[in-house]
Amino acid sequence: MTIDTLVFTGGFREPVFQSQSVFRTLMDCMARPGTIGRIAPAVLPPPPLGAMAGAVALMLCDQDTPVWLTPGLAGSALPAWLAFHAGAPVTDDRQTARFAFIEKAALLPSLSLFAQGTQDYPDRSTTIVVEIEAVEGGRPFRLTGPGIRDEAIVAPRGLPDLFAQMWSENRRAFPCGVDLVLTAGEEIACLPRTTVVHPLEA
Amino acid sequence: MYVAVKGGEAAIANAHRLLADRRRGDRALPAIGIGQIVAQLGLAVDRVMAEASLYDRSLAALAIRQARGDLIEAIFILRAYRTTLPRFGYSRPIDTGAMLVERRVSATYKDLPGGQLLGPTFDYTHRLLDPSLLGDEAVEALPEREDTGEPLMRVSDILAGEGLVEEDGGLPEGHVAGDLTREPLEFPMPRDLRLQALARGDEGFLLALGYSTQRGYARSHPFVGEIRIGMVEVELELPELGFAVPLGRIQVTECQMVNQFKGSAKTPPQFTRGYGLVFGQGERKAMAMSLVDRALRAEEFGEDVVAPAQDEEFVISHSDNVQATGFVEHLKLPHYVDFQAELDLVRRMRRDYEAAQNTDLPEAAE
Amino acid sequence: MNTANLATYNFAYLDEQTKRMIRRAILKAIAIPGYQVPFASREMPMPYGWGTGGVQVTAAILGPDDVLKVIDQGADDTTNAVSIRAFFQKVASVAVTTRTGEATIIQTRHRIPEEKLKPGQTLVYQVPIPEPLRFLEPRETETRKMHALEEYGLMHVKLYEDIARNGHIATTYAYPVKVEGRYVMDPSPTPKFDNPKMHRSEALQLFGAGREKRIYAVPPHTEVVSLDFEDHPFEIQSFENPCALCGAENVYLDEVVLDDKGGRMFVCSDTDHCEQRCASGHRGSLAYDGEIVR
Repeated sequence: MTIDTLVFTGGFREPVFQSQSVFRTLMDCMARPGTIGRIAPAVLPPPPLGAMAGAVALMLCDQDTPVWLTPGLAGSALPAWLAFHAGAPVTDDRQTARFAFIEKAALLPSLSLFAQGTQDYPDRSTTIVVEIEAVEGGRPFRLTGPGIRDEAIVAPRGLPDLFAQMWSENRRAFPCGVDLVLTAGEEIACLPRTTVVHPLEA
Repeated sequence: MYVAVKGGEAAIANAHRLLADRRRGDRALPAIGIGQIVAQLGLAVDRVMAEASLYDRSLAALAIRQARGDLIEAIFILRAYRTTLPRFGYSRPIDTGAMLVERRVSATYKDLPGGQLLGPTFDYTHRLLDPSLLGDEAVEALPEREDTGEPLMRVSDILAGEGLVEEDGGLPEGHVAGDLTREPLEFPMPRDLRLQALARGDEGFLLALGYSTQRGYARSHPFVGEIRIGMVEVELELPELGFAVPLGRIQVTECQMVNQFKGSAKTPPQFTRGYGLVFGQGERKAMAMSLVDRALRAEEFGEDVVAPAQDEEFVISHSDNVQATGFVEHLKLPHYVDFQAELDLVRRMRRDYEAAQNTDLPEAAE
Repeated sequence: MNTANLATYNFAYLDEQTKRMIRRAILKAIAIPGYQVPFASREMPMPYGWGTGGVQVTAAILGPDDVLKVIDQGADDTTNAVSIRAFFQKVASVAVTTRTGEATIIQTRHRIPEEKLKPGQTLVYQVPIPEPLRFLEPRETETRKMHALEEYGLMHVKLYEDIARNGHIATTYAYPVKVEGRYVMDPSPTPKFDNPKMHRSEALQLFGAGREKRIYAVPPHTEVVSLDFEDHPFEIQSFENPCALCGAENVYLDEVVLDDKGGRMFVCSDTDHCEQRCASGHRGSLAYDGEIVR
């Protein structure tokens, strides 16, 4: 496939309805951490970004949202794809990024390097979309917090070993801090900054 | 036995039929045409365009007809349409110095290059009802003023030449002009957003605030440096082409108010400015806007904020007539659930009060 | 005249860019429960103050498979509820219902339905003044600081002054709550009777304030506590008699004036709840024994 076809194809065929259904799935997962959402992503971003993360990008990003990409993604056809389908500018400044995308197996940078929001405007923080290997089969965590009845058990595969520690630092910054969207295949899960992650023995 | 009322849908449909009937009025009279509104009620059309932030005379006239002449309702209709329009880009700043001027007056100079041009003004008309307008008496047709192609020097440029007035408001390097119809409001505001809010603001509200500054609530010793009304070119920069493309001409009214001088150890004394700019012919609005703009710059000039017109959050939060009319008028929606809650509390407090009165009585008798 | 495309509007009225902007605000609102996210509210084809915030939130989340219920004062047949429901039928051809249990999205003004909400349901509130501190401090710049510093003393002072003056907290609706121990939030002008329903609700609660340009949220299973004092605990309204139509107790009632001689009755404010009960044979003291028409 040529670069051009990678860039100019692979958007939503029916943007209005497909982005709505991706949004509802994502909103439901953000409102109920631990819930795993399943939906056909309906887009095809240039590799190495996965389809689900690509769908989230087209559903939420546009000219108003600077996007930060890992070196692997920044060097792919993704910036041109985002520019063509979403009009979204790519930034190398994590502090101004409204969204960040991390492809599978790429290094997840320290969360505190991204925009955290301020005490006055804690919403002005980066939402980080992280592709993982699978939403199940990894090291188990117990989740508590808003959106969770008592507790939820999740076992995402492909997060850094020190994830629980990274996350608890993020949690401590509340109401500031980043929010995470985890994607794998046709599945999606969210960790809003309010969620408390307790590591469990595997 | 009680049967509750139902029928909201039918009631609404009937109300709208009635509205259509009343809007049309006496069928023996011809319906008013959009072209007639544009041509003969032009200042109403201009106000609607200005406060709706949409330059389209025909649509503004349609809104006025649809609103039965209620201009705030017409502004609302046009705004609700504007919000659905796609955004192609942002034009270059218009150059009012290059305006094809129809009216231009200055209060600060007796005469000046290009002269004073009264234009189509109500000024110096005697406000006597004119019986000739009861019918359709012929009105002399005038030739259009010739476009000499010579730009008319702006009064502010004359003063600026001597350094006696502050520079045209500049923006910091790299500042992209904001748009409060696309971004959430945040205080304090940069002046560009504030001017946008004022340009969309209610003429009556700004008029009252401007008036208040003249009566001592943040007095600024204003002089009308210049009012000019005329046509200006709108141009769009196309990055693909590398130059600006003219989109057409619009009519605007600009007011430059020259206000009391300021100076400090570092800057020599010079006059300050208030600025007003609106679509169409809207002199009262542009003047009021420039007074309020100057008042809102109080902090910039180290003045005490003591009057309503200087209070940015107060002025900007309440200047939009579409917001204001919606919230004031929403009081007519049912509130009986809240009212019931208050009723219940007042009854309870009454019972407590009466009980207390009764227990107090014997003591009073003693 | 430029009228060629006057009547073509996107699904659910809003353009896609506006929906994205609102969706981003909703996600941040969910991530920071009770915090008011500023958003670039659009002009809607209905007046500010008449539910433009709720309408924008609903339009941004609504899809073709949703079933929408709209209530005002608890009733599906109040004029503004009828109007908003008709708007979404027109611009989104969405299925509508009056049954609380059947709805996926419920847009409301001033009430929370009596029937317990379920997982998967979203309750969208229309909010006139989202800032709970607004009537104590009119300046946005000040109230923003108070939220940032978690400085809510003024609110407690206000409630306590009520008690000192009246012996009661004199706030009966829009009664302030604290969300997840952090943000003080305005629940919109619902009667305080409804406040306990917000606490650990199964449904997602979204709040839209169009004129004031704020969106906020309470995710499901989130702690929502009405502010009170140890010696003056929060209490909800209670009614002496059950609903005169369906006999329901522990529901919020409307007072209906029957004549000019002081005759009045109390009936459910939640019309769907009342209809359901009547349909399943419950009868109040003044129930109409023919076909129930409400």
